[in-house]
Amino acid sequence: MALDSYQKRTFKQVGTRPNRPDGVDKVTGRAMYGADATAPGMLHAKVLRSPHAHARIVSIDTAAAEALPGVKAVVTAADFGVPEDAFLRDVQDHCMAREKALYDGHAVAAVAATTLAAAKAALKLIKVQYEVLPHVTDADEAMKPGAPVVQAGRAYENVPAGMSENVTHHCEFGHGDLDAGFAKADHIIERHFKTAATHQGYIEPNACLASVTSDGKAELWVCTQGQFFYRTLCAAILGMEASQLRVTASEIGGGFGGKTMVYMEPVALALSRKAGRPVKLVLTRDEVFRATGPTVSSSMDVKIGMTKDGRITAGQAVLRYSGGAFPNTTVDMGAQAAFAAYDLDAVRTFGWNVMTNRPKESAYRAPGAPLSIYGVESVVDELCQHFGLDPLKVRLLNAATEGTKSSYGPTFPAIGLKATLEAALAHPHYSAPLGTNQGRGVSCGFWFNFGGNTCVSLSVNTDGTVGVTEGNPDIGGSRASISLMAAEELGIPYEKIRTIVADTSSLGYNDVTDGSRVTFAVGLATIKAARDAIRKMCSRAAKIWGIDEEAVEWVDGAAVPAGPNAGKFPPMTLAEIAAVSAETGGPISGHYEVNADGAGVSFGVHLCDIEVDPETGASKVLRYTVFQDAGKAVHPSYVEGQMQGGAVQGIGWALNEEYIYGADGKLQNPGFLDYRIPVSSDLPMIDTVILEIPNPGHPYGVRGVGETGIVPPLAATANAVSRAVGVRMTELPMSPPKLLKALEAKG
Amino acid sequence: MVKVLLWGTLRSAADGQAEVEVAARTFKELLDELVARYPGLEPQIRRGVSLALDGKIYREAWFTEIGPDSEVVLMPYMTGG
Repeated sequence: MALDSYQKRTFKQVGTRPNRPDGVDKVTGRAMYGADATAPGMLHAKVLRSPHAHARIVSIDTAAAEALPGVKAVVTAADFGVPEDAFLRDVQDHCMAREKALYDGHAVAAVAATTLAAAKAALKLIKVQYEVLPHVTDADEAMKPGAPVVQAGRAYENVPAGMSENVTHHCEFGHGDLDAGFAKADHIIERHFKTAATHQGYIEPNACLASVTSDGKAELWVCTQGQFFYRTLCAAILGMEASQLRVTASEIGGGFGGKTMVYMEPVALALSRKAGRPVKLVLTRDEVFRATGPTVSSSMDVKIGMTKDGRITAGQAVLRYSGGAFPNTTVDMGAQAAFAAYDLDAVRTFGWNVMTNRPKESAYRAPGAPLSIYGVESVVDELCQHFGLDPLKVRLLNAATEGTKSSYGPTFPAIGLKATLEAALAHPHYSAPLGTNQGRGVSCGFWFNFGGNTCVSLSVNTDGTVGVTEGNPDIGGSRASISLMAAEELGIPYEKIRTIVADTSSLGYNDVTDGSRVTFAVGLATIKAARDAIRKMCSRAAKIWGIDEEAVEWVDGAAVPAGPNAGKFPPMTLAEIAAVSAETGGPISGHYEVNADGAGVSFGVHLCDIEVDPETGASKVLRYTVFQDAGKAVHPSYVEGQMQGGAVQGIGWALNEEYIYGADGKLQNPGFLDYRIPVSSDLPMIDTVILEIPNPGHPYGVRGVGETGIVPPLAATANAVSRAVGVRMTELPMSPPKLLKALEAKG
Repeated sequence: MVKVLLWGTLRSAADGQAEVEVAARTFKELLDELVARYPGLEPQIRRGVSLALDGKIYREAWFTEIGPDSEVVLMPYMTGG
């Protein structure tokens, strides 16, 4: 049974496409999302937010608000402590400004009242005296000497002395002799790129219901990607013991990394504690944009040398990421990922994090990687154009493979990049003709993936059905995938299994749903929990038969004698063993906990055809195909959905989505009317090609698929547009005004 | 002795070396030894690191055994979305 690593097998249920277990609830409106939770005596909360991009909070007078009929509690930073831990302090300060408002929309106070109208009215009665400070919202500007300092004294030890105090982190990766590498090149291209911050764009706004009782126990119902991490943060900020705070995750209407961090949940708990009543806090879309998410914005310089036959001789990237008003290290991931697709003798990436007066960055699918890879893949494409080389064949020529020393250090084990490139090269999309004003873009993508802390319980019911309890919100179809893996291992039908997502008091700690980890790690734990239950069922059968446990094995959902010497007994099914479990030793369950490693890196290749209207600058995606190594696709429909979703979000990032700040430092487009995400009518069906190259680190060969899909589209789209218009586009998004400007400059 | 590859910005804390040798049989021993010999690495190790062992990346795995010929690469702590 100890088959931890991949074992080749013929699957009976994994790889099929059964109906999703949450389908009926979601199409009938029965599913409970964050804003659906209610409680007797519940209050409604609203948050007062800074109208300034950067301001010292001189005073806050809440007396008038507190006196308003219906108002039961008002909180400010004074209602919280000051955590010693810098990370926790930043999390708290992001939820509620302490000394300074660091960005437009930063929370400065919150009210809980018997009605939403009273809460809104109370906000207007809170008097905040600000000392407005100079602000900076652009990464390049923030790095300049003399730029307004967002927070002083926050630089890590790795930042050289003498830089702007806004620079908080520096990293460098790579190997080889860059000068020698560039000297071998027949042509070198160096380009400067900029990308705008984008939001994860989840449809469901952040929402929670908090209830703290007078004896210090608390409940939090919340829309989150990780109820256990939310518990950790909220308990620490509120000064509670983890056992006294139970966090229950609602259904989740999208997160994409954005719901891996608390934004207002500690505030709702503080209000509830003060009011002694449950408090519901639901953000408006405006608040979601102004105070949650977004991604980093970037400024990058990429330099690559290539021989005339397409061999890359050296690559260098300098990345300047800004994750808003707090230190972060997302640039580490971008710097490591930038050249990961290539087998290079000389490569170097340098990363800088810069603070700006923007909201604190949150993760977004493969955080940091889409930007740097956009820069690298754009320059590779331009070099291919320069030499008249096929962009896919050039990537194949330079592709990283097993044994390649990766650009971030380790030597690659078996990876699927070449197979993915070959699949793209052979696909009819790649040879389809293009028309006028149309271009085809290609890009590789890469993401690390990881596993993480995971805990699964599996219970065998006496009627022969099985319950699986896992601790990660189902954000991408995990209940179906987990049920499929349990069914496969136990040898019973998928329909006999129900998987539920546990609250924090019902199961051991589970990491956040991120890093493309759930199907890999929770799947692994589910398989192992099923094996634990199987071992117990074999033991029960052995006792019934009066033979040794070792003489029983599990085949197709039943215990059977392991060989002719074990005795002659008919198979005893799971249902038959379960039916007599009370008589044979009591309930049967399986359990497994692990901090899983071995997730295996992932590569993807995207092809994008675009037509640009030269009169309006509008771009239309005509055809788009995603090729990705998914390891074993447990539920192929969900895998395709992840690939399609990543592509669509990346296309949005490339073409239209951006945080637009005015000269006053205020966000000008905090709504979906002005922040344009792609909708179905904007796009063709995104075609998908799943490559199933087994991950050796998982019993079924499963590999994470949730993040890699968003990495290539920025460059694939930019390369398509650049080829369509004959101008290299170096700034995202390539919105119509920017494209028109580029076309006019071209003449 | 195990050879550990450091990323660029850590090298200044390790006498400029890209690769250092430490006596360690497990990740825990390796991290402890790195901090003991190169105190300048401690802030980063405290913030979090991953370790790649023969190409496989581990985030937290103190007791992972390291062979004398293993390729060990120190990496920033992996995060995701």
